[in-house]
Amino acid sequence: MSVITAETESRQPLSKKEISADHPTWCPGCGDFSVLALYFKMLANKGYWHEKITTVAGIGCSSRFPYFVQGHGAHFIHGRALPFASGISLSRPDLNLFVFGGDGDAFSIGGNHLNHAARKNINLTYVIMDNFVYGLTKKQTSPTSPLGFKSKTDVTGSVDRPINPMKQLISAGATFIARTTAKNPKHLLSVMEAAADHKGFSVVECLSECVEFYPGAFDPADPRKGGEFPEVPESHDKTNELKAYELAEKAFPGYFGIFYQKSVNTKNEMEDQIGARAKLKTQGLKDWEILKQSFSRMK
Amino acid sequence: MSDTAIEESPASQGGKKISKVSDIVIRLAGNSQDGIQSIGGFLARLAGRSEQEVMTFMTIPSTISGGPSIFQVRIGSGEVLSAGDDADVLVAFYQHSYENHLNSLREGGLLVYDSDHVTPKEEHRSKFHHIPIPISSMTVEAIGGSGKDKGKNIYTLGLITKMFDLNRDKLVQLISERLKSKGEDVFNTAVTAFEAGFSNALENVVETFELVHSSGKSLSEQVVMTGNEALAYGLIAAGVRFGAGYPITPWSDIMELLRKELPKYGGKFIQCEDEIAAVSMALGASFAGRVSVTGSSGPGISLKTEAIGWGVMAEMPLVVVDVQRGGPSTGLPTNVEQSDLNIAIYGGHGDSPRVVLAPANVEDAFYTAIEAVQIATKYNVPVFILTDQSIATRIEAFEEPDLETICQDLTPDLTPVDSYKPYDLEAPNGTTPRRAPGTRILDGKYPIATGLEHDEMGHPSGAPAMHKKMVAKRRNKLRQLASEIKTPEVYGGDSGDALIVGWGSTMGPIREATDRARSKGLKFSALHIKHINPLPEGLESAFENFKHVFVVELNDEGPYGYGQFASLLRARYANPKIQSICKTDGLTYKVKEIVSLVQERIQKNG
Repeated sequence: MSVITAETESRQPLSKKEISADHPTWCPGCGDFSVLALYFKMLANKGYWHEKITTVAGIGCSSRFPYFVQGHGAHFIHGRALPFASGISLSRPDLNLFVFGGDGDAFSIGGNHLNHAARKNINLTYVIMDNFVYGLTKKQTSPTSPLGFKSKTDVTGSVDRPINPMKQLISAGATFIARTTAKNPKHLLSVMEAAADHKGFSVVECLSECVEFYPGAFDPADPRKGGEFPEVPESHDKTNELKAYELAEKAFPGYFGIFYQKSVNTKNEMEDQIGARAKLKTQGLKDWEILKQSFSRMK
Repeated sequence: MSDTAIEESPASQGGKKISKVSDIVIRLAGNSQDGIQSIGGFLARLAGRSEQEVMTFMTIPSTISGGPSIFQVRIGSGEVLSAGDDADVLVAFYQHSYENHLNSLREGGLLVYDSDHVTPKEEHRSKFHHIPIPISSMTVEAIGGSGKDKGKNIYTLGLITKMFDLNRDKLVQLISERLKSKGEDVFNTAVTAFEAGFSNALENVVETFELVHSSGKSLSEQVVMTGNEALAYGLIAAGVRFGAGYPITPWSDIMELLRKELPKYGGKFIQCEDEIAAVSMALGASFAGRVSVTGSSGPGISLKTEAIGWGVMAEMPLVVVDVQRGGPSTGLPTNVEQSDLNIAIYGGHGDSPRVVLAPANVEDAFYTAIEAVQIATKYNVPVFILTDQSIATRIEAFEEPDLETICQDLTPDLTPVDSYKPYDLEAPNGTTPRRAPGTRILDGKYPIATGLEHDEMGHPSGAPAMHKKMVAKRRNKLRQLASEIKTPEVYGGDSGDALIVGWGSTMGPIREATDRARSKGLKFSALHIKHINPLPEGLESAFENFKHVFVVELNDEGPYGYGQFASLLRARYANPKIQSICKTDGLTYKVKEIVSLVQERIQKNG
């Protein structure tokens, strides 16, 4: 698709005032505030142009994200932010595209889309703000709630084994898989920046505490609360699926950092190659002339 | 030939009588792997090249291979509106083809059958003219090998060519165009089979036919294609460059064609993991700047409804192709029904006004696609194209469109703007042109496309006054559109006894039924409505001038006795004269069926 790009010029990095929109509707103390603040910082650090920043989300507390960002954005339906964003990515490679959502969006209602966006390696960055609970609907069990978690839908404790996001993403074929926490801003920023730099489908699972319905869920990952913050060892081979899977086996709080990263052709590139091959036969022809060629074979 | 005068000529060909006909209906019945669709395709293309009108009708089983299949082709020198009621010629390859389709052969018609497989019943001897030809063994004799099914379609094509004095050279040319790319030997084998069929002495044939050439028809070039092809090419002509879909019969042809063709135009079509992903991806691409297409059939449409509701709320242009098949649930995947009208207009929760258009035939599918894209873009709204299995799979010839004038470029305009309100309540015609991501907005206030009720910038607002205004905004776009739609004209006479109202693929049979009734002195007229939602203005006066108004459609009359479109018209016009004629056998209406159903109802009404 031919796209008109704006004039070239040098721009000042976006100030927080320029990039922030509505005041977030999140509860005071919500982990999502930190993700938003570091998203702004990452955008400024990257020097993206204001009009190219495109923020997409599905449904959930975290998915309110686009309203808080001053930039082009879309608040889509529950669970389908990824295919929606894939449509943007595949038709507009010039945009800086970020998708935000929660564990319900990513692993439950949208679980199938996560697998397919991963295997297709669609060029976009997806940040999953995982709080292990349905917050917007006031405390139901989520696909990442641990066994025994007491919620309004599991009053005696959750009986379904939780999804291990890292394992799922590795087996689905995602090409950038990382894990971080809203409690560690420095780590979160570095992981988000690495995800943004990755060519292909990059996913960040960010533990983001729901102070209202699952307070203290991530204390074991917070050294300030007596927990520990085990980072992915320096020696870890990020291109080794099996090793990444081994890291994902570690019991909660698990490891933090980049589990897996590999350079694989993106869906965008593969489709562009199909386009380039098809175009060889129609070079120099106007669209109506190409259509006329097809019609001439239908007489 | 049915209902058409046959002019007998004293001239003869090897002692056989030659009859001049202006219209023939040939039904080929066999199994789906016999390649009878390709004979039909060749005949249709030949007719298209001979400036004749052509219409076809086919059924295919929903199994992958095997199972009974038919192809009916009607070739006429005048206007061909339907695939014909009764066949003049039935070609039966198997006993089951013979037994199941003999009732579609008119009395005195030609029964050509493969005597290797078919044993006709004695009681039929006097009713039809029997032409036994050992098609299978003759084919094997001609092309050798043991493949008893391969090539007999082309052999039969040769037979038909001889019998109807069709243009042999043009057919060989068509075979060459179709098969040369598959290799010289494939082509040579086909020509050998064709020539063998053509040189059959036709010993039992007492009569051959010659199609008279049309007189009034323009000599402009005709293109021959299926409804699905026409629709897909229409989308391309309209400027659609992105689409997403999931395979389902009978929609799949459209996605296959777009997947192959769009890259030539710098576009893309993506096969998705499911129906919901497909509509979501198309909406994402629309959001990114250019109206996109998704489509499906049957259950796939049900799955897409939530996202289409988002498209209405977020005011996103989108084209949704619904190739209707029999429902509900998995239903009848390869049969025709017009039972998705309600889901197209009302599918989804909440008040979600969207546009619904229904093409009448193959040619109309091309132009409807273009109109759908234009409406979607102008009004930022999802537009349904409600086509169906019978349009999708049939082949018709139509005048080649003026592509240079028609083709549109919808490249998004990303020129910076001072400010932008995506949901401006004061916008002229109720719609603000979309500004896609990448558009710099100089006042620094960027829009959000959203499914939440929102203010003019797209930020959430549940304020009672705002919801009221936004609901009205979305509805008023359709009112504005309705005022721009041309009121359809009544076909036949402006007043009379019965007005037969139809929509979609029933247009041809309804018009032919009207012609037939009028030729018998009955005062029938027809009204075809293409714009299903919103309806055009001015239909009230059309209804006034008729004693009876019958809405003829292919769906069920429901608990209250009215089909889906009839219910809509009754709700819209509150006119008790509007009555319903429905059928649910999964087949298209025959012309005689419409005439007699209307007559019966008039009698019943008294």
